[in-house]
Amino acid sequence: MLRSTVKSATVYKRFFRNLNAFPIRQSRLAIPHRNLETSTSNLPIDGPDASFALGSFGGRIHSQQLFPFPDALDEESKETIKLMIDPFEKFFREVHDPAQSDLDEAISQKSIDGLKELGGMGLQVPQKYGGMELKNTQYGRLCEIIATYDLSIGIFMGAHQSIGYKGILLYGNEKQKEKYLPSLVSGDKLAAFCLTEPSSGSDANSIQTKAVLDSDGKHYILNGNKIWISNGGLADVMTVFAQVPFQSSDSEKVSQRVTAFIVERDFGGVTNGPPEKKMGIRSSNTASVYFDNVKVPVENVLGKVGDGFKVAMNILNNGRFGMGAGMSGLIRMLIAKSIEHANNRVQFRRKLIEYQSIQEKIAKMAITHYAVESVAYAVSNNMDRGIKEYQVEAAISKVLGSESGWNTCDECLQILGGIGYMREANIERFMRDLRIFRIFEGTNDILRLFIALNGVQYAGNHLKELQKAMKEPISNFGTLWDQGIKRSRQFIGISNNEELIENAAPQLRDSASKITQRIEEFGVTVEKLLLKYGKQIVDEQFLLTRLADASIDVYTMAAVLARATKAIKENLPTAEHEQLLATTFIDEASDRTERNLGSVIGKRNLRNFSSYSQIASQISQQEGIATTRPLGF
Amino acid sequence: MALRVLVGCKRVIDYAVKVRVKPDKTGVVTDGVKHSMNPFDEIAIEEAVRLKEKKVASEVVAISCGPKQCQETLRTALAMGADRAIHVEVPEPESHTLEPLGVAKIFSKLAKDEDVGLIIVGKQAIDDDCNQTGQLTAALLDWPQATFASEITVDGDSMKVIREVDGGLETIKVNMPAVVSADLRLNEPRYATLPNIMKAKKKKIDVKTPADLGVDISPRTETLSVEDPPVRQAGSKVEDVSELVEKLKSHGFV
Repeated sequence: MLRSTVKSATVYKRFFRNLNAFPIRQSRLAIPHRNLETSTSNLPIDGPDASFALGSFGGRIHSQQLFPFPDALDEESKETIKLMIDPFEKFFREVHDPAQSDLDEAISQKSIDGLKELGGMGLQVPQKYGGMELKNTQYGRLCEIIATYDLSIGIFMGAHQSIGYKGILLYGNEKQKEKYLPSLVSGDKLAAFCLTEPSSGSDANSIQTKAVLDSDGKHYILNGNKIWISNGGLADVMTVFAQVPFQSSDSEKVSQRVTAFIVERDFGGVTNGPPEKKMGIRSSNTASVYFDNVKVPVENVLGKVGDGFKVAMNILNNGRFGMGAGMSGLIRMLIAKSIEHANNRVQFRRKLIEYQSIQEKIAKMAITHYAVESVAYAVSNNMDRGIKEYQVEAAISKVLGSESGWNTCDECLQILGGIGYMREANIERFMRDLRIFRIFEGTNDILRLFIALNGVQYAGNHLKELQKAMKEPISNFGTLWDQGIKRSRQFIGISNNEELIENAAPQLRDSASKITQRIEEFGVTVEKLLLKYGKQIVDEQFLLTRLADASIDVYTMAAVLARATKAIKENLPTAEHEQLLATTFIDEASDRTERNLGSVIGKRNLRNFSSYSQIASQISQQEGIATTRPLGF
Repeated sequence: MALRVLVGCKRVIDYAVKVRVKPDKTGVVTDGVKHSMNPFDEIAIEEAVRLKEKKVASEVVAISCGPKQCQETLRTALAMGADRAIHVEVPEPESHTLEPLGVAKIFSKLAKDEDVGLIIVGKQAIDDDCNQTGQLTAALLDWPQATFASEITVDGDSMKVIREVDGGLETIKVNMPAVVSADLRLNEPRYATLPNIMKAKKKKIDVKTPADLGVDISPRTETLSVEDPPVRQAGSKVEDVSELVEKLKSHGFV
């Protein structure tokens, strides 16, 4: 007993000594390392900037970011966006024809001209460059409208302004902004974001495109191939990521530094391939872009040389909230379609809505909508409030939104049955368009790892702080493994956290208490994992994905609790219905979270995970199914 | 030519909303329900803005009478191209009893105060379908009226107006100042663009009350009850003419 205690303590000591040297960069997971290397170690433990999602990994409840439910827009901003909704929607309803664009595999010139006239190509750009200067929450409200009508034109717009020229907005100097923004904002020129290459998707650091400084020192010579670039066949101005070779004066070794460049098609040497044939978002142009000895002036470096990875990740991170908002708008429309059918369709002499089977589907869709919408608006409002560390919450919103969108669309199609399968019903197009949302802008698989690794490292860092504060750290922590949750909490120093329960409306105290328990369990579970695996936790993806799922559920539960509390406190006419959605969601999500947390420690689960690895290995060796057919042939 | 055009813009329940009668039968549910500019008034604003673009009109002033939210309607009018707006504030519940006569009195007072040469209103509002305001305003001002206009051409100090009438189209010549009411086919209103909405935020909305204008807006009618139309009864099929006649007789129709 004593020996094992000492051993685990030694592992623990060594682990914490090496904590800040997490080898994330060298791993094959291209998680945005900026955040892991620097910001989580400096992230405040408490206070208004403390991230709720990260806090939950440490068993802490940072309620300030969610209670009261964030509301960042002033009256004037709310009035402005309210006035914009109708005209914005009118364009999508009356001018644009999504079904035809899908068949044509192109957006009509009429729609593009209409969008430009509408002012829809520079929604978040400052007014001084001709933009609408919308805040994130205002922009999110418009994303709801776009997604309701046509995801494909949404990608055309997003590829242009959310990622295509966002880099210039975030990292451009005044000269670059003045030169490029006006014509991009008016839509006279189109933009694209060029990162992905044939051998480099999630692993963004491994790109091969090269930019070598010319002998005159005035130009970089750019060479490389990018694939699957949205607006690739249309863009005049592109944000291109390339490796710049760097040799320091005191070393033989040449390192490669990813750098972002503003590249104009007019520079010469830029060509593109034909439009890709896709499952969905067909009217959005997706093409390969080839750079052949393109001369890029040194003034066109975006940010600093070597900052490329940070620039790329921040561009993606900055726009990520939009997907959550868009998905909530789409889900709302799909529910309206589903209930219209369920209210009217009669089978076996009853309306579909009278059957429990259908009631369950409708209810789950409504609960999902409430969750997705609450998280989306919590994230965008927090970003508008000035909170800087929102990357984990934004990732949560993206994963939750995209998967909810897909599942809801699937269910809507199911409710409409055969009718839903027909093109006329206008559901199958959304299904096809939706599939890519779980893949691009950071695959949901990568984002789960991102969430978990950020969280685990945050928890680990703050544990170190606690360790310093405790008098006899080693002997105390050694017994942690065997302790139940309540006593472990005391050891780690998580006090009885009543914050959620205090902040919740009285009718929701029970739900608040469930969430509180789950967060405490979360903290203790992460503790145990860190003790057991140390640095190696990085490779334990079976466990990390489940931690991520727990984190997504926890954050969503808290956002939903905050939103329903607000409805009750403000006596909204929908307060009772919102309370019902909230309590039901929290009850089920709480169970799910408990299961996920239990599965990363439970012996039976771990055995199954080990089996997964074995099975996968055998399939890999066999290059296919490794069983004998029932007939033997 | 310094032609000032006044346009009436009524805030009504949006055409796409499914209207519901209040349980107490005093009216329809308006709380939390989507409202927008009366579609015929959008056509009126569009026509006025086009006159300005043709340099026939020099200024377009939008008017709306009702509660505070009317200012949203006026902002839409400004975004479509009106130069400034006047909100005649009539708070709820008084706004629910505001009648065309009251509005016509307000319009005619403002027409005189603002030295207006042309008033364009929608032919009727889609909530009450009164089709009276334009006519009443012209009468109060003793101005000529051209109602159900489907085309307007201004020529000096008179207008040629093509009207939609039961028999077809009627072309009349109208001296100005005059009142015109806009019909469906007069034009297709532009949709406001986001940049125009931003610009509209800087345009002026003056707020006045009926008292400021010395106008009595008390209603002349009293609504007794508002009810849903009766649910349509199922019909029945008959085999032949004699059965039809028999049924009609038994129901007392012949």
